[in-house]
Amino acid sequence: MRRNYNFAFLDEGSKREIRRAILKGVAIPGYQVPFASREMPIGRGWGTGGLQITLSCIGPDDVLKVIDQGSDASVNAVSIRGLVQQTTGVDTTTRTEEATLVQSRHRIPERRLRRDQLLVLQVPMPEPLRTYEARESVTKRLHAEAEYTGAYLELFEQVVRYGTTTTGADHPVMVGGRYVMAPSPIPRFDNHKLDDADNLTLLGAGREKKIYAVPPHTRVESLAFEDHPFVTEEFDGASCCLCGATDTYLTQTTDPATGESVWMCSDTDACSQRLERARLATGQKGGDAR
Amino acid sequence: MSPTAPTTLPEPVRHVYADEAPVLSVAGLAKQYGPGCDWCRDPEAPLERNICPRCGTVHAVRGVSLEVHPGEILGIVGESGSGKSTLMQCLYFDQEPTAGDMRVTAYDGGEANCFGLSRQQKRFIRDRIFGMVYQNPYLGLRMTFSALSNIAEKQIAAGCRTVSTMVARGEELLGRVNIPLRRAGDAPRDFSGGMQQRVQIAKALSNEPPVLFLDEVTTGLDLSVQARVLDLILQLRRDLGVSMVVVSHDLGVIRLLADRTVVMLDGRVIEHGLTDQVMQDPQHAYTQELVYSLL
Repeated sequence: MRRNYNFAFLDEGSKREIRRAILKGVAIPGYQVPFASREMPIGRGWGTGGLQITLSCIGPDDVLKVIDQGSDASVNAVSIRGLVQQTTGVDTTTRTEEATLVQSRHRIPERRLRRDQLLVLQVPMPEPLRTYEARESVTKRLHAEAEYTGAYLELFEQVVRYGTTTTGADHPVMVGGRYVMAPSPIPRFDNHKLDDADNLTLLGAGREKKIYAVPPHTRVESLAFEDHPFVTEEFDGASCCLCGATDTYLTQTTDPATGESVWMCSDTDACSQRLERARLATGQKGGDAR
Repeated sequence: MSPTAPTTLPEPVRHVYADEAPVLSVAGLAKQYGPGCDWCRDPEAPLERNICPRCGTVHAVRGVSLEVHPGEILGIVGESGSGKSTLMQCLYFDQEPTAGDMRVTAYDGGEANCFGLSRQQKRFIRDRIFGMVYQNPYLGLRMTFSALSNIAEKQIAAGCRTVSTMVARGEELLGRVNIPLRRAGDAPRDFSGGMQQRVQIAKALSNEPPVLFLDEVTTGLDLSVQARVLDLILQLRRDLGVSMVVVSHDLGVIRLLADRTVVMLDGRVIEHGLTDQVMQDPQHAYTQELVYSLL
């Protein structure tokens, strides 16, 4: 491979600075560590935070998987995977269990991650108190004093207006009983995967210049009220139209052949592996389901 | 009684005048903007109004002492710039005073100077013992959150995590301040000035605080709304026995509400006494001017 860049694009000084921020984040679970977000060859707000973490942590022996909304094939995932692959020469995969480093936008893979796997999440808005308080100087102080009235007020407002909490994604969580954290826009369905996970999760916000982390086996609780407990998305018994799964996070789409509205697994890797297992079980041979 | 039991003298009768103890007492409160110099460090040094002629430091509040008793309404009058609002903001921990001592009976029996507490403890006092109604509703309310959420904010801060309790309390308070319940889910941004002020009062009352600060609550409201807000304040005192500190430049409001009145000028208290006494027999030249200019 001809290299026009330093290994993993960033210069070593930048990587070191980002790794220092990561270490601090791991040491203080849920605490947003400021870092000097670099200019990247993709636009800020398009995953530069996650990308910088990935580039700082990746080594030549890593196997990379990049997902965007559960899919390995969407534009954002393809271009980030291409960029990292071209500047490092690492192997890439779509299979969750083969990857050592998973960068993801808005989903945590359905398959439980192992302790030797690293999950990197892209974060657009790292500050869970931002809509409550616009000033960074004040939100920093609120975090310092563990004063989280604002996060609960946000949820209370939703209950008052709509009868239930309406956070479709990015439902705030309490990390290690200390810091309230925005888990990045993962669906509520994925929040429990952060709790007592085997893997390390790193979250990076490039535009907002913040890095934070959830170390393995950290307590992560979704915020809720006593009479309005936290609930995940319900699909009313719907199943994936491809693999038939009922226990995964589903998204609604239109079947181009029939024009009907159908449900489909959001995690394409989990879906195709399930199909594969089903084929092997029935002894079928044949092409890809998609 | 067994014969071996030691005879103990009956406890001496002690009259504890609990009612006489102030709920809030402030001593020597000062707030200055600027470093100060040897000249103006002397509390009696003559200043140009409230500005030090040597170093230009603004002495917004100079050595103010006051006491508020249970169920009492203390009025503070004075012209614009006399330090009334700064004083209030210092009492409510919105601003850090330069010097001073504040004892809050409901917090620790008045044992410690509350200005020396940690931020968390100050927040505790703000959320549970004090209520504040600002002159400008934009300071006291979250304009984009619903009226109910505004009232619930203090309860959440005080540790309540049950929606139904907070909604019930919010609706009760909105009823008390005469805001129709169908507006409960609306944001104060969409309310009239008088309604905003009443939501602020409801918010201030959400944790049943023993002490309420009212900063120019009726300024900018039309007369009929003013009358309703003043009525409400008197009702609250009568029904809940809340002690209040009422700041106003409107002597009419002070005469109606306050039991005792403090007159401020250039950051100092120049006169204090029973409201009727201050109104009918003003001693200081400025108070005389103020009272005689009352239409």
